[in-house]
Amino acid sequence: MQLTILIAVLIVLTVLAFVYGRKRALVTVGGNRRALHSMPSYHGWFVALWCGLPAAILLVLWLVLRGTILDGFIEDALGPELAAAGPEMHGALLEDVRQLAAGNSIAREPSPALLAAADRYSSLQSSADAAVLVIGLVAAALGLGFAWRKVGPKLRARNNVEAVVRLVLFLCSVVAIVTTIGIVLSVLFEAIRFFGRVPFWEFLFGVQWSPQMAIREDQVGSSGAFGIIPLFTGTIYITLIALIIAMPIGLLSAIYMAEYASPKFRNAVKPILEILAGIPTVVYGFFAALTVGPAFRGFGDALGLSVSSESALAAGVVMGIMIIPFISSLTDDAIVAVPRSLREGAYALGATKSETVVNVIIPAALPGIVAAFLLAVSRAIGETMIVVMAAGLTANLTANPLDSMTTVTVQIVTLLVGDQEFDSPKTLAAFALGLVLFIATLVLNVVALHVSRKYRERYD
Amino acid sequence: MTDTSAAIPAPARASPWQLSDATARRVRRRKRADTRFQLYGVGAIFIALAVLIVLLSSIAGSGIGGFVQTRFALDVTFDEKLIDPSGTRDRAVLAKADYGVVLMNAVSAAFPEVTDRQAKRDLRKLFSNSARFQLRGMVLDDPSIVGTTQKIWVPASSDADGFVKDGATTKGIAEADRRLKDRQIEWIGQLSERGAVEKRFNWSFFTSADSREPEVAGIGGALLGSFYTLLITLLVCFPIGVLAAIYLEEFAPKNRLTDLIEVNINNLAAVPSIVFGLLGLAVFIQTFGLPRSAPIVGGLTMALLILPTIIVATRAALKAVPPSIREAAYGVGASPIQVVAQHVVPLAMPGILTGTIIGMARALGETAPLLMIGMVAFIADLPGGPMDAATVLPVQIFLWADSPERGFEEKTAAGTIVLLVFLILMNAIAIYLRKRFEIRW
Repeated sequence: MQLTILIAVLIVLTVLAFVYGRKRALVTVGGNRRALHSMPSYHGWFVALWCGLPAAILLVLWLVLRGTILDGFIEDALGPELAAAGPEMHGALLEDVRQLAAGNSIAREPSPALLAAADRYSSLQSSADAAVLVIGLVAAALGLGFAWRKVGPKLRARNNVEAVVRLVLFLCSVVAIVTTIGIVLSVLFEAIRFFGRVPFWEFLFGVQWSPQMAIREDQVGSSGAFGIIPLFTGTIYITLIALIIAMPIGLLSAIYMAEYASPKFRNAVKPILEILAGIPTVVYGFFAALTVGPAFRGFGDALGLSVSSESALAAGVVMGIMIIPFISSLTDDAIVAVPRSLREGAYALGATKSETVVNVIIPAALPGIVAAFLLAVSRAIGETMIVVMAAGLTANLTANPLDSMTTVTVQIVTLLVGDQEFDSPKTLAAFALGLVLFIATLVLNVVALHVSRKYRERYD
Repeated sequence: MTDTSAAIPAPARASPWQLSDATARRVRRRKRADTRFQLYGVGAIFIALAVLIVLLSSIAGSGIGGFVQTRFALDVTFDEKLIDPSGTRDRAVLAKADYGVVLMNAVSAAFPEVTDRQAKRDLRKLFSNSARFQLRGMVLDDPSIVGTTQKIWVPASSDADGFVKDGATTKGIAEADRRLKDRQIEWIGQLSERGAVEKRFNWSFFTSADSREPEVAGIGGALLGSFYTLLITLLVCFPIGVLAAIYLEEFAPKNRLTDLIEVNINNLAAVPSIVFGLLGLAVFIQTFGLPRSAPIVGGLTMALLILPTIIVATRAALKAVPPSIREAAYGVGASPIQVVAQHVVPLAMPGILTGTIIGMARALGETAPLLMIGMVAFIADLPGGPMDAATVLPVQIFLWADSPERGFEEKTAAGTIVLLVFLILMNAIAIYLRKRFEIRW
């Protein structure tokens, strides 16, 4: 509540600061705009930034840290209760206190200590919020006063404001790095916790994957096995099927589009093929589960083969269809980048179009085509929805494409969907798999970039 | 000197361009190879197009039914003794009454000849379970109908609905293997003779939330969830993405740090979306303690996911603005920031918006990262804001596709049609923007 007031007051103050800052700039020079170093609106921005920015930074900091700080206080208040409940109930108890403080009811009968803590929590929260409100307003007022006195013909308001703008621009571009660091740290951190329980080599070279952890110690299979090999082979197998479908179709259609098709044909067909690229993967997954899977199964039955209804073949074929536009647009770029003079040289020697394509254009475009291939592999191993919906869940170490297989992404999804505590090896295993996936796609991407840069022929 | 030239013997062949037989054969063979190669290309394109047609038609074929709802008319007597025995019309009493009995009585009244318990149960199964809530809602809206008899259209159950839409599916299947028994089919026939069966456009499909009963499940909740998620995504990633691109394209000095940022953005674009889901789970939910299943987490995760798309598109749009514009602005004394903010960015705006719409279309269709952050829960209420538990359209499709009930199949396909329509619309807007505002310098 107090924070909403603070935000509203800040917005109003900042707007007023802008309007009056601009006016004051003109007043200080008696309306003679030329006497000012910067245009009046820059003075307005200058005052507004000084008024709004410090208070806004304070507010954001408080919103981020509030939970942690308040938790520290109630942990003191709840001391004995927490010790009695043991470390695993720690988070649940704190959550209960927060819920009680917000006026919600909780699942069990609240104990007096819990109620007291909740009271303390809500009183602490409101007094802390009130304190932040006051500090925020004081900061805004101080900033306003400081900037107000500075406004004058000598103030380099534009330079100051532009420095802030540049800083903001820079910070925005740093978000990309922060995201990468966030991915690496979050995945790595959990993965290390996982490797604390399951040995690294067992994970990397184990041939058994059954992450079911028993609830009781004496249950059968209580240990759980975390060997990634069956997942790897499944992933690679399905990727292979996908590429066998996608590579020729994508490559040939790109060649036809670039070399043979009339502009009219190209303009008509290209947007239609781009629709394939825009279809969400969940739709492909549904298509695989609804149409392709049963069709393959029926076909197999007619031939007397037993086809699993979640066969790797169906998932791979549909994934191949998904990748076709990806490959064809990347190879199209590579083919178009081959200079005209090479084609004309080949024609002049009497080569037919197909001979030119095979002997001149494809070799010249090869780095781009290889890069497209690698990116397609990286795309296929990271693809999730098709395999979740159409491939199986059980980790079979098999080479039969009609059998059910599972992939890394499928296992990440099955391990994490459903309510899980964050500490079980099952949940942590998903992060370890995520780390493997991240590294694999990163390496493929870097290699692809390297290939297309290093081996690209320069013709000009 | 003309004699010498005349002295040269005439060539053996009629024309210097006539080829020897072996060469002619070779040329023919090479031409045939060329034609064959061309046919491979046509074949590849044909396969791709055929697959697209099969995909779209199989989804359209099974999804059309999802937009139609079968309803049966019943004369429902709102018996005061059952609903409000004390006659106080207290809302709490009205809300607690057993409308299942009210519905059952109405069903029995429509078929007085059915007395056997098992038969009655089969009869009841023709009507959707949700009819109870419909009746309750009517009473709560207007308590004065208690004690009266009204003709009310209630939704058919999933099995009856399937039969009315496509009765052929029961033909040639033994009764024991069917969901709908012979006598139930006969009752439906009786209802339709009385004019008590209608098929109408299923508006509630767009307004209601998910349900365990396929006949009343809708995408309303998922649409709202998608809306909130995309709103958060847009609010976060549009400013950050555009500002980052402006910095990198217009201001960044060439140094280690900016190189690192560049490489990073390219690599981020290739990270599988599911890894972003892991990031959202670990950072937004575990570390920041944001609520699970909430659109705000989904929106933030999506924002990080499509940030590279927007940055790349914005940079391309900025690069397309010719240097002459910048130099002209510098020439009249603008500062670098003024040049960019007042001249370059406005000119690049159509390109930036096109890239943003394409990024948003991607965010709308993305499913995998949202599975990680718990947006797969069954949610029977419409979300009221970005902090409420919600699901989104593609996840709803995934959930329904996983459901064993047959009735969900047409709902899945219908939801898919809605999703594809949205995506095609967004892409069409992007293409229109590009065509309409594209400036060739």
